Amino acid sequence: MSKKQKKMLTRILAATALLILVKLLPTIWLSSALPLISVSHISADGTPAFCLARWVLFLIPYGIIGWDVLWRAIRNIFNGQVFDENFLMAIATVGAFATSEYQEAVFVMLFYQVGELFQSYAVGKSRQSIAALMDIRPDTANLEQEDGSLEEVDPEDVEVNSIIVVKPGERIPLDGTVVEGSSVLDTAALTGESLPRDVTVGDSVLSGCVNTTGMLRIRVTTPCEESTVSKILELVENASEKKSTSEQFITRFARYYTPCVVLAAAALFLLPSLGLWFLNPAALPGFLAGTVWTDWLHRALIFLVISCPCALVISVPLSFFGGIGGASKCGILVKGSDYLEMLAQTETVVFDKTGTLTEGFFTVTDILPQNGFTQESLLSCAAQAERWSDHPISQSLRRACPDSSEGHLVEEVQELAGHGVQATVDGRRVLVGNGRLMAQAGIVLPYTDTFPGGTVVHVAVDGTYAGSIVVSDKLKPGAADALAALKASGVKKTVMLTGDRQEAAELAARTLGVDEFHAELLPGDKVEQLELLLSQISGQGKLAFVGDGINDAPVLSRADIGIAMGAMGSDAAIEAADIVLMDDQPGKIADAMRISRKTLRIVRQNIVFALGVKGLVLLLGAMGLANMWMAVFADVGVAVLAILNATRCLKVDRPSRAEESLREL
Amino acid sequence: MKKHFKLIDLDCANCAAKMEDAINKLDGVNSAKVNFMTQKMTIDADDARFDAIMQEVVSACHKIEPDCVIEL
Repeated sequence: MSKKQKKMLTRILAATALLILVKLLPTIWLSSALPLISVSHISADGTPAFCLARWVLFLIPYGIIGWDVLWRAIRNIFNGQVFDENFLMAIATVGAFATSEYQEAVFVMLFYQVGELFQSYAVGKSRQSIAALMDIRPDTANLEQEDGSLEEVDPEDVEVNSIIVVKPGERIPLDGTVVEGSSVLDTAALTGESLPRDVTVGDSVLSGCVNTTGMLRIRVTTPCEESTVSKILELVENASEKKSTSEQFITRFARYYTPCVVLAAAALFLLPSLGLWFLNPAALPGFLAGTVWTDWLHRALIFLVISCPCALVISVPLSFFGGIGGASKCGILVKGSDYLEMLAQTETVVFDKTGTLTEGFFTVTDILPQNGFTQESLLSCAAQAERWSDHPISQSLRRACPDSSEGHLVEEVQELAGHGVQATVDGRRVLVGNGRLMAQAGIVLPYTDTFPGGTVVHVAVDGTYAGSIVVSDKLKPGAADALAALKASGVKKTVMLTGDRQEAAELAARTLGVDEFHAELLPGDKVEQLELLLSQISGQGKLAFVGDGINDAPVLSRADIGIAMGAMGSDAAIEAADIVLMDDQPGKIADAMRISRKTLRIVRQNIVFALGVKGLVLLLGAMGLANMWMAVFADVGVAVLAILNATRCLKVDRPSRAEESLREL
Repeated sequence: MKKHFKLIDLDCANCAAKMEDAINKLDGVNSAKVNFMTQKMTIDADDARFDAIMQEVVSACHKIEPDCVIEL
């Protein structure tokens, strides 16, 4: 609790104690009449007696608990702020005093203050817990001095190219490159997934990761403001500034709500009172019969108590803030409340294939030796020949055959662009390439089958066909499940766009179960396809595009919601997208949608609940069936409940992970 | 020029919205955001008169929520 809140708590306790005391106090008799504050009685023996008026006593706890409200009300009127909640509460309680309902006046003020205190406490708490969630930026860095000693400094004071030391168990404060040591990093703070990552000399490391095993000396590459962790924090903090439509609705609503209710209150008091004044008592309409003007004043005061819109104004952004915070805990960065809102209405999800649904690099998926070669010898031959090539396919061959660089003599390497490689390996002439290369060398292929899922690399040794190796871009393990999860959560259509060949795209589409795919697209075609898909969705529906952010920036920005994945450390992706998935799991999209739905559900609950209760109490109040208690509940009680409900947004349940671990068992 | 300011004792979300409105109406302010959740204010205003504009911002906020202090 802050100092201010503690002070308030003391006042509340003091006022409560005094109120009870006043209630229990016997009548205080006075020896003589005092102007204004005495009430005269005729005692049993007929002599006049005087007692202290009860309002004087009730004024003490009222003053203790409500002086600041009254003071602020007066001050704000002078500042031109008429209809604020202080003014409303002041009018309502002073009015209650005027109609001789002293006890109620004190209670209402007391309740109001308790509610306000609770409200500020709850908001402070949830703000803190969101802040704690985002507490992934270390406060200090161990800066290495010239003499080798360490000094703890603020990360902001560390200059680029200086050396910092990160001990095991510490969080890396700044982005940099490892210059000494090796360790395992826990990236959970950035990705939401505690996948260990090995780093050693020469590797770049990102701020926010936890160094788990060994000591690292790191050369800082970016200043603090531009480090990964600072960027993430700034993004999440600023996200709540982009207002969602429900938030805009509520702010606009609040602007009209208070004056309307106040005018209604004035009418509720004035019209019946005038009626009572001017009309013949015998001719009064039913609802006026038997009432006096103070009844109507009382009803009008109830209106005033309910007229503050704070419950709504506070709970909606708080819910979104909680949702954004909860999502960032899972490694999903949402750049604005509006995107979180739109995500729930997603009707079509469009995926880029390479790097999004697939791993983004080639792997050997099939080895088909011929003419007496074994799988090992075939692969080894090919890998040797491709030893110095940078082509992605060559890299995949080398990855599949890691010992390729030892014990072999590779000479006369010749890269034939668009065809393949020709080299002499251990004295044998090896050709590695496509069908065209084989045809040029006069080697007859024993089969013409194409492999739809990948690219075929043919190998020939000393003029003999040795077999073929199929390399393909493997689908991500969770990709099919992710698409199924999207469907299950209400996405109507999933589409895959790719620049890849038709057959490869078709196979991937069939394995993954996407509804529609478009292959052999150039980057410009992708935007065109997206425009077409955008024109197909229905009025409220939204289209999300998921890409890796590398060369699809125009598509990302054209879609209603651009989602970039695998963005850890990629500034371009973070810039271009509306939602950023820090790791490359497509399953996170369904997670993000679930968080979005939950947040919206809570927002809707709060709006309906708050407006419902307020409306009901207003109605009952107008009919004379509500009392001040109900009015105070409809004001601060509802606010507190709405805030408590909003804090649920922070909690992220992740059924998809739970299911996964179950499957593993 | 765009600058961030911390707000201390900003207690009411509705007041934050009112403050944002009022600041945006000031002459020379290009855009202003009052973030109740992070208790921060972002003001984008003319470079030349920034300090003078900030004075106006402070007095405008003071009128709406006298308890809230802007950390300059």
